[in-house]
Amino acid sequence: MTQKTLYSKPKSLTDKVMHYCPGCSHSVVHKLLAEIIDEFDIQKDAIFIAPVGCAVLLYDYIDCDTVEASHGRAAAVATGIKRVKPNKQVISYQGDGDLLAIGMGETLHAANRGENITVVFINNAIYGMTGGQMAPTTLVGQKTATTAAGRKPSNEGYPIGACELINTLQAPYFIERCKVNDSKSIIKTKNILKKALKYQMEDKGYSFVEILSNCPTNWGLSPKDSNKWIEDIMQKNFPIGNFRDNGKEA
Amino acid sequence: MEKVQLLKGNEALAEAAVRAGCRYYFGYPITPQNEIPAYMSKRLPEVGGVFIQAESETASINMVYGACSCGARAMTSSSSPGISLMQEGLSYLAGADLPAVVINVMRGGPGLGNISPSQADYLQSVKGGGHGDYNLIVLAPYSVQEIVDLTIKCFDLAFKYRNPVMLIADGMLGQMSEPVVLPKMIDVKDDLDWVVGNGNHAIIHSLYLNPEDMLEIHNAKLQKKYEAIKNECIEFEKYLCDDATSIFVSYGTPARVCKAAIDELREKGIKVGLFRPISLWPFPEKELNELASQVANHSGKVIVVEMAKNQLEQDVKLAVNGKCEIVALNKLGGAIFNETEIIDFVLKDRK
Repeated sequence: MTQKTLYSKPKSLTDKVMHYCPGCSHSVVHKLLAEIIDEFDIQKDAIFIAPVGCAVLLYDYIDCDTVEASHGRAAAVATGIKRVKPNKQVISYQGDGDLLAIGMGETLHAANRGENITVVFINNAIYGMTGGQMAPTTLVGQKTATTAAGRKPSNEGYPIGACELINTLQAPYFIERCKVNDSKSIIKTKNILKKALKYQMEDKGYSFVEILSNCPTNWGLSPKDSNKWIEDIMQKNFPIGNFRDNGKEA
Repeated sequence: MEKVQLLKGNEALAEAAVRAGCRYYFGYPITPQNEIPAYMSKRLPEVGGVFIQAESETASINMVYGACSCGARAMTSSSSPGISLMQEGLSYLAGADLPAVVINVMRGGPGLGNISPSQADYLQSVKGGGHGDYNLIVLAPYSVQEIVDLTIKCFDLAFKYRNPVMLIADGMLGQMSEPVVLPKMIDVKDDLDWVVGNGNHAIIHSLYLNPEDMLEIHNAKLQKKYEAIKNECIEFEKYLCDDATSIFVSYGTPARVCKAAIDELREKGIKVGLFRPISLWPFPEKELNELASQVANHSGKVIVVEMAKNQLEQDVKLAVNGKCEIVALNKLGGAIFNETEIIDFVLKDRK
């Protein structure tokens, strides 16, 4: 009986042991991206932007050219790269503090210019790397290191919807929010990421994929419970779905 | 014969950058350098380049960072408050060994200050400016022709050393017109093995997590580079220094006024010269120190003339190292020195 390989580690993923906490969504999304890079055979044509945040060492895991950006500036760095290398696939991988707090200006203006890049937005409603502080996407009532009694709108305002915000702009080509808290969602997210990247390869313009992700360590939940929290609580505040797909056949 | 053109400093600078191979410009409007982005927005598309008006100076410098990561000849320009906003980006460019060119056409401060000429960004430019141990190469022109020549040099040095280079000019130099000769378009062939975009798992970064075996080593490499720059990039001009008993130290527009003052003072029999640093970092410390010995022998003085307070003077003090007396003439409001006040200062000081 001959043996057949049904599944293997993506070629674009290095052998390095990831520093991510057990059960963290970052590792899942990294693997999806590496699989997609392999499937499109663009390992030599993809340029990643590593953000400040938990994914700052992204280049240790994804075996592609990578530029590390300062906090919040990934979209500006991506702009500079894409304008010099229009035939390369530029993927800006960012967290919620990076993309929506300190980097809000760069995020919206890159989207508004319709830069032909793909932005992968990891929304886990908290600052992971610095120890669990409030993020722009922290839910009302959610306890963090800097909202000990829970986020209060009277003092901290409300969580920001990135897809909703970007959807007010005319230039973006593709905007979708998804999640990676179960197998079905992971497969779906992979297809969404693949579509976003395909649009970039076809020079269609700006694509934005928000992924509801967990942070078991800073949420104080087990990986399993954190995935359930995404399902039961988080997605009520951040509805899953496509916001815009200009490539969708009528 | 070379063609002589009458050009405004800012426009001459922009065209010089294009001729030096700059094809990517990212910037945010601010007076008194607005002619640079305006010129680039028209000119770059003609040569297959890209112009983007960024949403902020912070975004501008990071777009430059992205373009430089690909090995492109890219630049931004701004004026003092905008340069303050770029300091974080400059630190990242230095930390990641990237060859960016940044222009600062200086205006008055602090805060919003005004839009008149100033040299109050001297220390911000030559002492790093952002966080961490790093140095920019800093060049300071004093005429429109020198703006052209030094802008081209900025790109050469940036790529030679993989280091950000800043050209600082006071607002006067950006705004005034002078006859200049522009060089021919330079055919740039940068063959760079460290850039992203070739699919060689190139990584542009400044994060070195481990203290002993990573960041210490990275910083040692940077320091070694700075030492090489110090040995190889010193530039200055001496004007009538050979027989001088006192020496002006000045750069940019004030240095021009010093020259005029020197001519008049010499007619009165007062032997004064000018030492004009052109590379502000690295600072021509040794050369100034030698002149200080000469001045000391004549019981003369080193006279710092700057449109700032105790900025250039700090480096002059370090260079002179106590050898002779130092006095300073400052202007902080945006007005230009006139030669009479410089002459009067010298005459009064001699009494």
